[in-house]
Amino acid sequence: MDMSNYYVPSESKWPIIGATAVFLTVFSLAMAIFESKTGISWFTKILALGSAVLLIYMLVGWFSNVISEDQQGLYSNQLNRSFRIGMGWFIVSEVMFFGAFFGALFYARMLAVPWLGGEGDKGVSGMLWEGFQAQWPLLNNPNSELYPSPSGVIDAWKLPFLNTAMLVTSSITLTFAHHALKEEKRQQCKAWLLGTLMLGVVFLFVQGYEYYHAYHELQLTLNSGIYGSTFFMLTGFHGAHVTIGSILLAVMLIRVLKGHFSPNEHFGFEAAAWYWHFVDVVWLLLFVFVYVL
Amino acid sequence: MPAMWRVLTGCLLLLMAGPGFAELQWNMPEGVTEVSRDVHQLHMVIFYICVAIGVVVFSVMIWSIVHHRKSKGAKAAHFHENTTVEIIWTAIPFLILIGMAIPATSTLKAMYDTSESDIDIQVTGYQWKWRYQYLDEGVDFFSNLSTSWDSIENKTEKGEHYLLEVDNPVVVPIKKKIRFLFTANDVIHSWWVPDLAIKKDAIPGFINEAWTVIDTPGIYRGQCTELCGKNHGYMPVVLYAVAQDTYDKWVASQLKAQEEAKSIKEMSYEELYALGEQVYTNNCASCHMPTGTGMPGVFPALHGSDYITNKDPTDQINIILKGKPGTAMAAFGDQLSLSEIAAVATYERNAWGDQKEQSVTPAQVHTIKTQAALSN
Amino acid sequence: MSTAADSLTDHHHHGPAKGIRRWLFTTNHKDIGTMYLVLSLSSLLIGGLMAFVIRMELFEPGLQFVDPNFFNQMTTMHGLIMVFGAVMPAFVGLANWMVPLMVGAPDMALPRINNWSFWLLPFAFTMLISTLFMEGGAPNFGWTFYAPLSTDYAPPSTTFFIFSVHLMGVSSIMGAVNVIATIVNMRAPGMTYMKMPLFVWTWLITAFLLILVMPVLAGAVTMLLMDRHFGTSFFNAAGGGDPVMFQHIFWFFGHPEVYIMILPAFGIVSHIVPTFARKPLFGYTSMVYATASIAILSFVVWAHHMFTVGLPLVGELFFMFATMLIAVPTGVKVFNWVATMFRGSMTFETPMLFALAFIILFTIGGFSGLMLAIAPADFQYHDTYFVVAHFHYVLVPGAVFSIFAAVYFWLPKWSGRMYSETLGKWHFWLSVIGVNLTFFPMHFSGLAGMPRRIPDYALQFADFNMISSVGAFVFGFSQLLLIWVVVRCVRGKGEPATEQVWEQAEGLEWTIPSPAPYHTFEEAPKVS
Repeated sequence: MDMSNYYVPSESKWPIIGATAVFLTVFSLAMAIFESKTGISWFTKILALGSAVLLIYMLVGWFSNVISEDQQGLYSNQLNRSFRIGMGWFIVSEVMFFGAFFGALFYARMLAVPWLGGEGDKGVSGMLWEGFQAQWPLLNNPNSELYPSPSGVIDAWKLPFLNTAMLVTSSITLTFAHHALKEEKRQQCKAWLLGTLMLGVVFLFVQGYEYYHAYHELQLTLNSGIYGSTFFMLTGFHGAHVTIGSILLAVMLIRVLKGHFSPNEHFGFEAAAWYWHFVDVVWLLLFVFVYVL
Repeated sequence: MPAMWRVLTGCLLLLMAGPGFAELQWNMPEGVTEVSRDVHQLHMVIFYICVAIGVVVFSVMIWSIVHHRKSKGAKAAHFHENTTVEIIWTAIPFLILIGMAIPATSTLKAMYDTSESDIDIQVTGYQWKWRYQYLDEGVDFFSNLSTSWDSIENKTEKGEHYLLEVDNPVVVPIKKKIRFLFTANDVIHSWWVPDLAIKKDAIPGFINEAWTVIDTPGIYRGQCTELCGKNHGYMPVVLYAVAQDTYDKWVASQLKAQEEAKSIKEMSYEELYALGEQVYTNNCASCHMPTGTGMPGVFPALHGSDYITNKDPTDQINIILKGKPGTAMAAFGDQLSLSEIAAVATYERNAWGDQKEQSVTPAQVHTIKTQAALSN
Repeated sequence: MSTAADSLTDHHHHGPAKGIRRWLFTTNHKDIGTMYLVLSLSSLLIGGLMAFVIRMELFEPGLQFVDPNFFNQMTTMHGLIMVFGAVMPAFVGLANWMVPLMVGAPDMALPRINNWSFWLLPFAFTMLISTLFMEGGAPNFGWTFYAPLSTDYAPPSTTFFIFSVHLMGVSSIMGAVNVIATIVNMRAPGMTYMKMPLFVWTWLITAFLLILVMPVLAGAVTMLLMDRHFGTSFFNAAGGGDPVMFQHIFWFFGHPEVYIMILPAFGIVSHIVPTFARKPLFGYTSMVYATASIAILSFVVWAHHMFTVGLPLVGELFFMFATMLIAVPTGVKVFNWVATMFRGSMTFETPMLFALAFIILFTIGGFSGLMLAIAPADFQYHDTYFVVAHFHYVLVPGAVFSIFAAVYFWLPKWSGRMYSETLGKWHFWLSVIGVNLTFFPMHFSGLAGMPRRIPDYALQFADFNMISSVGAFVFGFSQLLLIWVVVRCVRGKGEPATEQVWEQAEGLEWTIPSPAPYHTFEEAPKVS
């Protein structure tokens, strides 16, 4: 193992810009929430806009920096291994983030709701909620004045099933793209990658339509009790991750078009693919636990 | 520097085991129930086991520190592994733990058996008081801290039971199985009486159970043990354990008093204002402040607010009756009598000059309360 | 884009940049380590100031200095700042400095991410501390921020608190990823896993814990944010949620978190004891396994923080047994340290003194932990000063003493100067007396019935509290000595340090010059 090859950039402006951008983003978000009751001030709006610009500048700049270093051949195999380890464990942390929300779903469904309905170990709690019956999906909240109950939930076997099919297909097409890249079949790689990206975007549109339907026809909202809370938080964060994954894939498509990557070394592509597969697996869990069961 | 002197004397007392020492409580009380004695015994057994282990381990360590020091010419040995020793000091603690787990399990099981109770009391935590509802007897009252704010703020002498005294204690008979059902109205509270070895969280929307059979009459004191906001330190529990006949008399007198409180009384402005001031100090002043100015950003001001500048008191009475869900403003409809609500409304209107000698009568409150009940 | 271009042409082979630029743009693990340690020290002082306010108020019964709401803000901020601002960054700083030196790597694996992880923290803490000056005051619901006190009943500034926790979470996760990549990928040839120094081992395991639990904390605060502002009902029974669910999620993070704050301490002590006993660490292998067992067990014991919330009996029993089990690997560690000292040839420089105090006082904290594990007894201990005593014993003479020990141990390597042993010993003795005076009486006040997080107390607790306050003042002010010691070394006062610094110090970090050059191990060393 040749350590002297390990590329250590001597200094970089991106981390401090990144930290500032991330801070300003969350700060302006917090300000907006803080002021939401009295009206969001111009200061906050400008700050939010500025931080978004800075954030994009940082992301573009930092990644361009990394890509150009890669193109110059500064990255040894060992460094690529660090990237792999980094990306792998980052995805594990993302899994745990979703884990928290899945945990909330299971807890509410298996314990809290039955207890409130008078069943199980703490069923005596039911005496506080006269007339409340435990059921899942929860269509009658313990207090439906504070949390208006939804009139129904999304049917798993219609649009969600279509979405599942699309996302699973997109994982397959992405694998085809990856194989094409490894075999140096650039045209095929571009086509499969573009197909994957399209499936991702259509998925997002369908999801958006589903949300519209939920809000306007089913009164299923964030405010409609624990079912709506877990439903929107899980699918919403998933959707956010699909969006990020799509952006990553789009960048990879551009890089493939520019002739980046070699059949043996294309970590950027692989990282995006890992991320996409992770998002896909989360969806499968969502489909089973949120929609079907 | 009188405070410094107190520290010094305090330290001296501890060291000398002087006269103050005997009164100084520094261990878990044995308590007055079978369960509390079991718990105390568990505590002592674990404590002595820990002490024993500590003595052994620290002796070896100190012996090494004393004898195996370089300045005494000790030469270091070179051993650094011994699987047998590792297995031994993994296995022995494991066995000790099993020995501790067995009695702990049986005590815990006993504590969870709330069946076949004689009296059921629902205990509800409010910011910052307790409500006791005797489910079969129909007794229902609130229990507030009775220590005066003057003594808290060091303006008057602190009494013997400083911070551990209430206006209405919870009263139970001895030698009866009493089941408590804990819940809360706003945030999580926790009801603790050390002498009964009961500590249970009171959780809004859910009920937790506990039980006790007290064998000695007496007054047992405890406190809220879950941080519940500003006055968490000021919501004690006081429990009177009495003989059955005393308890029966107490129930009867409570029921009579509750009946009386429901009636609509004629009261003059002065009477209303005086009672209102008292009610305000006990229930409202900790958030809205004695000056009615609230705490900016946390608790809204009353002085100058629409609720009291408006001549029509309906909104004001409604919010006192029903509270504001999702905020710290509790519903006082069940907590205060008609006269008390009328009195506190009167007090708020006039105390800071928002109105001039405007009375709100118990009859007005009664009308609004019935309307509110109908509209639900 | 000038910096990017620079970094392409002349990487390596030059010293630090000048002025502020060095700290803003650096990718050097030693610079970043230093920044973490400075941040930690500042947090220690700010958090200490809050402890000072708390102990002033509790000096006597009655309300003297602050109102109860501000008191709650102080306990909350003290906890948050000490946990996330003092202890965690201190360990990350030590990891940054020492892990590459111990494994023979030229730097951390992902140097730019490393700098980013650091710089998120000053922003996060500025935002957190700024809540003290907002309308309605700072968060006042305890560092554990239980719902619904932290949702419907919390001050508006809670939103800023939530986002600052998000920033800390991102920082910790990125930092942990970096540590893992460095340890897994950048060890010198010949350094197999079972030859790694224990500080490296304990940090590797800590990093896994961080990656697995910090996202859960992020999830918890996100739900809190949604419940507060966007109408969800995760923690509200009226919508089918449960306030206790918050506690489950929080402590699923929280219990591994407390091990995050102690495992690196175990590593540090496992370096210091053998060095000053002049004898190899007893039971290296069992130390590694014990650390791993503690880490794994930490995921199945969370509800022992919640014995009084009304868990079903099976849950209560499961968490009681699992928690008791933790005593076994922890005991193994203590026994190993004692066996290392046994028949050694000991000297008692300041790092060793702190390490010895660590072993004794941490063990006392462990004993009270074992008592707390017994669920029926815990009903009497829970949320009293007994708990306060317990966790301060494992965190102050535990985690914090290990950090002090590490600073004295490695300061000569960092600064190239020996610290003043006299000042060090003064610092040690004042700290050890102060700490025990502060926290030992809390066992008694807790057992006698004093709840935690109260600004005022009944008269029978007065004597213990007064002693605690006096102890706290002694402990607090004696930390000024530490600052003096460090500043002296940094300013080049004191004897020059040799490469090995300590007579029997072993490991790669002791083979490089003192102070450690800006770049080290550009050629990987060979480990036999």
